[in-house]
Amino acid sequence: MRYLLARTGQACLLLAGVSLLSFVFVQLAPGDFFSEMRLNPQISQETVQHLQRQFALDRPASVRYLHWLRGLVHGDFGFSFAYNSPVRTLLMPRAGNTLLLTSIATLIAWSIAIPLGVRTAATPRGLPARVCSLVTATLLATPDLVLALITMMFAVRSGWIRSVRTAPSASGSFMGWQNMRDALVHLALPTFVLTLTIVPTLLRHTAAAMRDALSSSCISAARAHGIGPSQILYRHALRVAINPIVTLLGTSLGSLLSASLMVEVAMGWPGIGPLLLEAILSRDLFVVIGGIVLSAVFLISGTLVADVLLFVVDPRIRTEGLA
Amino acid sequence: MSLLRRASLPILCLGAAHIASTFAGFVAPYDYGTQDRALPLAPPSRIHFFDQQGRFHSHPFIYQRIEQPGQFLVYQELTDRAYPVRFFAGRSLGETDSSACWHLFSVDAPANISLMGTDSYGRDVFSRLVFASRISLFTGFLATCLSLLGGTVLGALAGFYGGWMDAIIMRLAELFLALPWLYLLFAVRAFLPLHISPAEAFLLVIAVIGIVGWAKPARLVRGVVLSARERRYVLACRSFGASDLYLIRRHILPQTWSVLLTQAALLIPQYILGEVTLSFLGLGIGEPVPSWGSMLASLQQYHILVSAWWMLFPGLVLIPICMSYSRLSEVLQERFAS
Repeated sequence: MRYLLARTGQACLLLAGVSLLSFVFVQLAPGDFFSEMRLNPQISQETVQHLQRQFALDRPASVRYLHWLRGLVHGDFGFSFAYNSPVRTLLMPRAGNTLLLTSIATLIAWSIAIPLGVRTAATPRGLPARVCSLVTATLLATPDLVLALITMMFAVRSGWIRSVRTAPSASGSFMGWQNMRDALVHLALPTFVLTLTIVPTLLRHTAAAMRDALSSSCISAARAHGIGPSQILYRHALRVAINPIVTLLGTSLGSLLSASLMVEVAMGWPGIGPLLLEAILSRDLFVVIGGIVLSAVFLISGTLVADVLLFVVDPRIRTEGLA
Repeated sequence: MSLLRRASLPILCLGAAHIASTFAGFVAPYDYGTQDRALPLAPPSRIHFFDQQGRFHSHPFIYQRIEQPGQFLVYQELTDRAYPVRFFAGRSLGETDSSACWHLFSVDAPANISLMGTDSYGRDVFSRLVFASRISLFTGFLATCLSLLGGTVLGALAGFYGGWMDAIIMRLAELFLALPWLYLLFAVRAFLPLHISPAEAFLLVIAVIGIVGWAKPARLVRGVVLSARERRYVLACRSFGASDLYLIRRHILPQTWSVLLTQAALLIPQYILGEVTLSFLGLGIGEPVPSWGSMLASLQQYHILVSAWWMLFPGLVLIPICMSYSRLSEVLQERFAS
């Protein structure tokens, strides 16, 4: 229990640091959303100043940071100038979409990669294992962006899908039942690409961990007891090998989110990616910070989940605290 | 020795890429800005060995292409005159660019040789790809140097002195690692000016990518330094009155060599992709200077994505490059592990 509490505390500290870091980054930016407005002769200087005062942009940075942080704790991410709406209502449906995409892709990737990894580790010299390692090496070397572009090209050319780019609905959300079918069709391609970016790493790690596990003495003992091969693989060896695989879930989350960002932008999935890009291009300060802080929240909480999972599945870690 | 043999293919591949980018003016038949307005979005040229009568020619040749009358972006070959592909030809009279006096291959003027098709301005994709490799490969290399430099300095400081310096530097590194890489790249890019000239953009992209990636090498270097600091010979050296700087420079940093080399092989492809990503999204190096990312950016237009598959070549080139680097890093890891 202490272990979990310590991890949570660390995560919170880290999050505070990230918020400060991203705030500093954005503060360093030359020009803000109003700099173009100031050049526009149709908008009077008083209006600009009034707007600045309204959003407390004329106060020193430290005051603004504290002000913003207080809002953040209450779930208020600030105000988007470009969309003229609170960042929260802008960001949350997008975050939901990103989460939907990444979690589905992760689930599919796990259910493909783990059985495959176990199989290839069991027969490392067989033809399937060789084919697997070749495909894995190729996929690992293919950038996410190129994978996305190739997939789109094939999908469009084969006429399987008429237009890849999702028309963003009014709220940017796909949660309604009305949009469910539409969402599924448009979800399929990004999910496919994202799955392909996850599978190779996971497959390699699973196979390596399984090879280590299969050569350990407890498996020899199990074999000597006459336990069947498939039971050895899935009930005994996988149990031993699960630790590095679950750890990977936490450590690969960063690259998963990066890949998701890329895929979202390239394929037009209405997640955080396109919003963040637009916000950067229009200097929409709070949206940028909000998106970045949110990504850190995802990453840190994901790592936390992986830690908890590790705590659950690996008895060695549970007993560590007791000893 | 067998390790060297296993690394020979990737080294060959990367060497060829770098040589081609160095001598881009020679390898590419055209300058990167040369436009042929009569041939927008033309597919790759067909290189013929057999003429219309079916006779074999040992010297390859191509036909001039024109747009089919009445149809948009559909091309046909004019078979009445063959233009032989000339190897090691001097530059033609019409050329005004200062790229090179010699071209690896070229054809005479009205015909147009484009191994990988042309883009929407009628510029040769192959030539642009070769010129773009200068930007893209060089960005990856320089940004990696920057990252490793920053990481080595900070990691060595943290590992050697320990205490509060270690605490501050390592907490900062954790912060940088707590953000997904691409988001971090965006965050840093966001606070820099958007509309800048290609040369500025080039330096900016290198700086952004290089600075963002310091945390991981710093951690690794710190680990090595931490263990090297405790060695007996370092202690002996210190007792002879060696200064801290001398110790770090002569006795501790050489130990980090293997880690840095392996990291470089991992980071360079990642940073090349970083540049490609930024340029693809319009946050990096833009027109008219080609980079692999900005060349891919035209695929964001739907009609190009649908009709012009050859625009994907700059992306496909990335696959052997990334593969070679990852193979190289594997070999290096094995070499240093033993």
